[in-house]
Amino acid sequence: MAAQRPPYQRLGDVAFSKVEKVNAELFTLTYGAVVVQLLKDSEDVEQTSIQLEKMGYNIGVRIIDEFLAKANAGTCTDFKETGEVIAKVAFRMFLGVTVDCRHVVEPNAPADAMPAFHLIIVDNPLVDFVELPEHCSTLAYCNLLCGVVRGALEMVGMRVETKLLKDTLWGDEHTEISVSLKELVHEQYRDDDE
Amino acid sequence: MAGLRTRKLNIVDRALGKGRQEVVSQSAFAHLFSEFVQYSQARSITASELERRLEDAGVGIGVRILELASLRDGKTRRETRMLGILQYVHTTIWKALFGKSADALEKVVENEDEFMISEQEPLVNQYISVPAHLPNLNCAAFAAGIIRGALESAGFPAAVQAHTVAADAGGSRTVFLIKFAPEVLARERSLASA
Repeated sequence: MAAQRPPYQRLGDVAFSKVEKVNAELFTLTYGAVVVQLLKDSEDVEQTSIQLEKMGYNIGVRIIDEFLAKANAGTCTDFKETGEVIAKVAFRMFLGVTVDCRHVVEPNAPADAMPAFHLIIVDNPLVDFVELPEHCSTLAYCNLLCGVVRGALEMVGMRVETKLLKDTLWGDEHTEISVSLKELVHEQYRDDDE
Repeated sequence: MAGLRTRKLNIVDRALGKGRQEVVSQSAFAHLFSEFVQYSQARSITASELERRLEDAGVGIGVRILELASLRDGKTRRETRMLGILQYVHTTIWKALFGKSADALEKVVENEDEFMISEQEPLVNQYISVPAHLPNLNCAAFAAGIIRGALESAGFPAAVQAHTVAADAGGSRTVFLIKFAPEVLARERSLASA
């Protein structure tokens, strides 16, 4: 019989206890400085949101390596499990917070519909000290996180669509990101000689 | 009722947070910073232009961390002397951001208005490798910006530069050269003679 794998919550705690840490406020303020710089450069709220997602994607593509190497999370059997691992292990390991994962089923979706989940971040380190001024009220400030999830999952063969649904900066209770699976990409091996 | 609904919690009504205890993983910070360096690099031609961009981004952080640190300390008096504010930056602000004091604070012997804060291994440079075609680049310009921002908002306008200096025992360290504006020096003189 296979040994019972420890619950993800604990895996996340263990992973977080092992990594080098820095002050969360340095991180928060640096992110703020990045967003401000992006806004200054593009002078457009919409463009800034897109750029933040792109930067997140670049981070996700690289951060997945560290995650796979250090988190010891094993292989996920389905997309539902992937959601749990992202919420309980990955967010905990990198940002020190635990996130809730809610699986969504559209009421009248066809049986073969692609699965999706929502990540619910109550204690979001990115938004400390932040307030969106009137002219930036539509800015997707936390779009970086959407990009990170998208980039990381793409590297493990899952093309997903992510979207910032709710944000405390928009007056919501919590930050919420939807992640829906679009396509499973199977790796294609090629001969080096080709 | 309507009044209740429209009244959003203002940012200054929120609690300041505990500070030092909250941490995120260092790689989260490193990835974010590296992404920002790459973004800025794509928009600048020379190394000094890139450094200026990083420095400008740091200034906003300096302004905020000075306020945050002095609020947490319950400081009720301003620093009025050059040495006082330098020590505050070197110890309290450095600790608030990087978890330790800076390695050294020295006075430049030849010039009355110049000081140096040096750091063996600045956190921001930990995962940065300087490309061969930009040998003079030092990404600690970001930290130089933080120093400048803190000094400026404390009423000590100064120019701050980050330099890489070869250390005696091999390797290199980063020196932040602080040059105060003439009016700061004039005030210092009048305070000293009073």
